[in-house]
Amino acid sequence: MIQDVLNTPLFVLFSGALLLVFLLYLLVQLACNPVVIPTIVLKSLRQHTLSTFITSTSIGLGCGLLMSVWVVNFQSQRAFKNVTGGFDSILGPRGSQLQLVLNSLFHMDSSPGLVNAEDYRIFRQKYKRFYKAAVPIAVGDNYNGYRIVGTTHDLFGVEHSPGQVYGLAAGEFFIQNEKQWNKEAVIGNTVASKLDLQVNSKFQPYHGLNFDPNQEPHKDKYTVTGILKPTGTPADRVIWIPIEGLQQMDGHDIKYSGDVSAILIQMSEDTTARGFGMNSLDSIYNKGTDHLTFVKSTEDVVARLFDQFAWAETILRWVAYLVAVVAAGGVLASIYNSMNERRREFAILRALGAGRNLVFSVIAMESAVIATIGSVIGFVFYALIMIAAETVLRREIGVTLQLDEFHQIMLIAPLGLIVLGAVVGIIPALKAYSTDVAGNLIPQS
Amino acid sequence: MVPLLEISKLTKNYRSPGGGLQRVLDVPEFTLEAGRQLALRGVSGTGKTTFLNCIAGISRPDSGVVSINGVNIADISESRRDQLRASNIGYIFQTFNLLQGYTCLDNVLLGMRFGCGADRVFALKLLDRVGLSARLGYWPSQLSVGQQQRVAVARALANRPKLVLADEPTGNLDPKNAAEAVQLIREVCEENEAALLLVSHDQDVLNQFDHCRDLGEINLADQKVVV
Repeated sequence: MIQDVLNTPLFVLFSGALLLVFLLYLLVQLACNPVVIPTIVLKSLRQHTLSTFITSTSIGLGCGLLMSVWVVNFQSQRAFKNVTGGFDSILGPRGSQLQLVLNSLFHMDSSPGLVNAEDYRIFRQKYKRFYKAAVPIAVGDNYNGYRIVGTTHDLFGVEHSPGQVYGLAAGEFFIQNEKQWNKEAVIGNTVASKLDLQVNSKFQPYHGLNFDPNQEPHKDKYTVTGILKPTGTPADRVIWIPIEGLQQMDGHDIKYSGDVSAILIQMSEDTTARGFGMNSLDSIYNKGTDHLTFVKSTEDVVARLFDQFAWAETILRWVAYLVAVVAAGGVLASIYNSMNERRREFAILRALGAGRNLVFSVIAMESAVIATIGSVIGFVFYALIMIAAETVLRREIGVTLQLDEFHQIMLIAPLGLIVLGAVVGIIPALKAYSTDVAGNLIPQS
Repeated sequence: MVPLLEISKLTKNYRSPGGGLQRVLDVPEFTLEAGRQLALRGVSGTGKTTFLNCIAGISRPDSGVVSINGVNIADISESRRDQLRASNIGYIFQTFNLLQGYTCLDNVLLGMRFGCGADRVFALKLLDRVGLSARLGYWPSQLSVGQQQRVAVARALANRPKLVLADEPTGNLDPKNAAEAVQLIREVCEENEAALLLVSHDQDVLNQFDHCRDLGEINLADQKVVV
């Protein structure tokens, strides 16, 4: 109901026009008194340093929260959509498509099961015309909590993000042949820094996806041959080994040595083959079998995941609005409360020749300046919140945020708050405007 | 001499707590010529401050004419009245009314900004004249009462006003300081060719003036509730 009224063109036009007139009025006043108004405002702020600081900080919190909620949401959505690792589709064991995407691309959640060797072989041979690349992955082990993923060299040739393939920060990619017995590993950048692993470091994997320090590790020792450059994707948190190295790892059942956890698919670049392939595979696996799931579009699944959490984003956004409005209310309360003690000051100013308009403008400007200081502080809060969010997202999911990237909210939020600050200043400004000069100078004799 | 201030049929009433109107000013005729210095004697409650406030345009008379340099302040808009006050009238208050967040020099400069514009050289000259050149950066709270009074004097004269109004300017000073303050106000007004209208109930202060009148002579208000 309120939203309907707020969205009414007449209301928007009317309030916009009022706001414009008010801001123009302030600008004209400032232009007419370019020294007096700033002088009085700055003196007053200096006189009320503590309340100015507290009020500005609360504005800053609202501003920082507003900007960071927006930017984290925007960047994380974009990052998650890019996290498809360059793969359009996934073929995996029958189960939830979301679980399959989380397990295969985000390296989170448990594996829904296995694609047996025969199904894998059939897919590769029979449907070759539909895809450009089909990379198998096998999971089930970890090292100190970091997931070990068996795959093939092909993975490193796929663009994980538009125009970007995996590069090495040190060493070389693992050698995938019988001779080496596949006991080599290429590790993500986060893994290297967190576990302090270097090229030629050796490690013994632990069974399972979750690390249990009381558990005995596998006997096989793997050697780090290379460290990947940071990609800003969950791949940074993965220890990549040749798929045979995982399938044939000591302790793994030889019976399942040809099975894979999922097949990551990059569909054909030919639009017709791509569309036809996606629809065909969807029919073949999702409707024609009972033991395999084909994720037609990884992006759609990620988008659906975000849709499911849209309510959380909405709540966060409203919390941020609320904090901003409460903070603006704080400016109002702070200035309004100081009006009683400042009545004499205004009366003196008026007695010295200051007009009502000037006194009104001083208070509105003061409020706007507090909001401006708050907006500057907001960028500090924004940086802190973003650093915290980035740290958590990188640690938990491997997704990185661009802290120095500009987003329009970083202009809209501070400017909006400054205008809001000036608007809430109207109430105390009216009080200053109507100050009775004679009554507040000295007692009548 | 040309009349600087002309008042005729000036009345001002206040609403009493009982709801009625109490007349505090009833001035049929009053004139002050440019450059003249006049002391008005009046005990508390005789409308001294109200009289000065009406002249300064701070209080609005209920009727009558207050004309400064031929301009009736009742006929002009409030903003023009503010400008007229800033440019033509210097006001020295009993409680000085210095702005606490402003230094000695800033108090004088701020007053100037509403009138003829900040003239730092003249402000420094005035403060030097009132003996405060060594206290320019002091806050009012760091000054003695006598020094605050001098800042108020300098501020009142900062816009080179044609008329200086002084409302019990020695009310908070000891007799020695009071005599010095009045002497200073008179000298500085004379030097700046400003007329001075000072109201006080202190006989020692009044004795320093060549021209002194009783407020009761010009204000015929009977202090009674008339409505």
